[in-house]
Amino acid sequence: MEPLLVYPDPPPPALAQALDLAGYPWKAVASTESAEASEPEDGWSGALVCADADPEGAFALCRSLRKRDLPFEPLLLLVAASQLPELELREDLFDDFCLSPFQPKELEARLAHLFWRTGRGSRPELVEYGSLVLNLETYQAAIGGRPLDLTYMEYELLKFLATHPGKVFTRETLLSRVWGYEYYGGARTVDVHIRRLRAKLGEEHAHMISTVRSVGYRFGQSRWGL
Amino acid sequence: MTAAPSGAPPAAGRRTALYRVAVERQQDYVLRTVEERGVRFIQLWFTDVLGVSKSFQITPAELENALEEGMTFDGSAIDGFSRVQESDVLALPDAKTFQLLPYLVDSTPVARVVCDIVNLDGSPFEGDPRQVLRRTLERARGLGFSFFAAPELEYFYFLPSPPGTHDPTPPQVIDRASFFDLTTDDLGSELRRRTVLTLEDMGIPVEYSQHEDAPSQHEIDLRYTDALTMADTVMTVRMVVKELAAQQGVMATFMPKPLSGVQGSGMHTHLSLFDGDTNVFYDDSDEYHLSTVARRFIAGVLHHAQELTAITNQWVNSYKRLIVGYEAPVYISWARNNRSALVRVPPTKKGKQDSTRIEYRAPDSSCNPYLAFAAVLAAGLAGIEGGYELAPEAAANLYELSAEQRMAEGIAALPGSLSEALDRMERSELMAETLGEHVFEWFLRNKRAEWAAYKAEVTPFEIRRYLTAL
Repeated sequence: MEPLLVYPDPPPPALAQALDLAGYPWKAVASTESAEASEPEDGWSGALVCADADPEGAFALCRSLRKRDLPFEPLLLLVAASQLPELELREDLFDDFCLSPFQPKELEARLAHLFWRTGRGSRPELVEYGSLVLNLETYQAAIGGRPLDLTYMEYELLKFLATHPGKVFTRETLLSRVWGYEYYGGARTVDVHIRRLRAKLGEEHAHMISTVRSVGYRFGQSRWGL
Repeated sequence: MTAAPSGAPPAAGRRTALYRVAVERQQDYVLRTVEERGVRFIQLWFTDVLGVSKSFQITPAELENALEEGMTFDGSAIDGFSRVQESDVLALPDAKTFQLLPYLVDSTPVARVVCDIVNLDGSPFEGDPRQVLRRTLERARGLGFSFFAAPELEYFYFLPSPPGTHDPTPPQVIDRASFFDLTTDDLGSELRRRTVLTLEDMGIPVEYSQHEDAPSQHEIDLRYTDALTMADTVMTVRMVVKELAAQQGVMATFMPKPLSGVQGSGMHTHLSLFDGDTNVFYDDSDEYHLSTVARRFIAGVLHHAQELTAITNQWVNSYKRLIVGYEAPVYISWARNNRSALVRVPPTKKGKQDSTRIEYRAPDSSCNPYLAFAAVLAAGLAGIEGGYELAPEAAANLYELSAEQRMAEGIAALPGSLSEALDRMERSELMAETLGEHVFEWFLRNKRAEWAAYKAEVTPFEIRRYLTAL
């Protein structure tokens, strides 16, 4: 599945985590220009625009997306309750909206519904990379056909890495995206889990996760084959 | 329910909703995995006050309910769990610790999940050692620190006692190899190798493993994790070591000193404090690269060492290990490169400031890791909060100093027996506060009884020495 466009950049942490938990790949953009520039080859799968912090920028982005030759959809808008009057005469700019602060379950349900209605795809079920397969529906991971016995956090970390191959993540980013607010060990927890994952992947596959010195970790090959 | 450190969900509205989603997903993960992998039994693990593993087994049908509401059981049969009023408590699985057990010979998949013990009203049960550690970690977190531990577990392999006998003294070792010996046909080393591989399969990385000094003695060094995970891990490692040995007809023991005349089994533990990504024990400008926080932490541990020894060395037998001449600490001191010191500060390699740590050498491998980590951490934090001054490091080999020299340098000794250790602990505000009244009282009572039983025993030593001579 192609990533969801998310505005603004960075998005509110709660939103980032809700999307990660729901298993949607996403990419944040800061402006109309960067929405064009960082658009994936096969196009965005949809957009989630937060209008509560910067309504003007948000509506401008919505307008530019809708004005494309092929009108962009689905587009879910996040607004504060006090902003509801602002939606008047802007009905064409979004497919559905959700009140902020949002309930993660509601956000998930609205996204699922929008995707179903627009037929633009649904939540990805299988993530594959080389001989690694993750089934997001059943939470099972296998490498070379051998099932991996992972704990929940190991699974979540592997899922996150495998859905972003080739990208380097710092410990802080991994911590906030995978663990969210709940963790005991601080950033070092990431190292601990990476080691545990490598141990379980086995010697042959441990190199799938590489350490990028004084930055963080990368899953798979970098885009430049480095 | 362990997501939030205190065991309670965070307060803020949005986070609470997200928290609930996260917990539900963890539970969902466990339920789906049980279904997909055909898991037939789930062992619920927990630990009593003396550090003995307890478990009961449930079927997948009971699992969903267990995850949500916990499983009721009668705590009165379990050491330190009994109370005057009602004895029912709940085992509440920590879904994040769910793990398939790869070491069982039977091919039916079995999984384990570590539990917190709570009262029927959902409040943390005061006799649960995991809760004691959680509370202490929470205190550290209040000061901005996360606490990491990396223990080195030593243990022996022996031949099991012949049928019908209960008293194989001395126990029979299964090999005669010595330190670093490379032997291909050595059963002990083969067992240890298999144990390490099994641990790796379970996501427990092993830093290092080797044949130890004494015959039939082995050591497994674990890579650091946060202290709560590590305490769970120590319980798991002990279980795996014993189970794999038993499968080969061998008995593995973590008894502190099973053989006279050779070294005992310690659990030297490497400790560090981090603030986010930063190791707060490290300071570039210090001559030893030790920060003020590290110095105060060490001072705290040394200052309170006598009070916490009953926890880190909890058996009558523990004190047969803490004697001069076997690389076990006896005197309360610190040093950088002196293995007779109680706290050793391993040298930090250049550019490796994250590995700055201290090594506390007193604990033995049969301690309760939850309580031991909590006690040592509490002592260190007391040092930080109280701004304790660290004395200069011990220069010489402490074993070689005379009593007068030690006195002159102000070097005290660890308690010489369980009884002495209990006396020190009983007077300790810090230990009472750290363990909580329930565990503190119960522990003292139980250990006084153990000491009384030991004192009443006429030992082979006395018979040998006195029977004919007197």
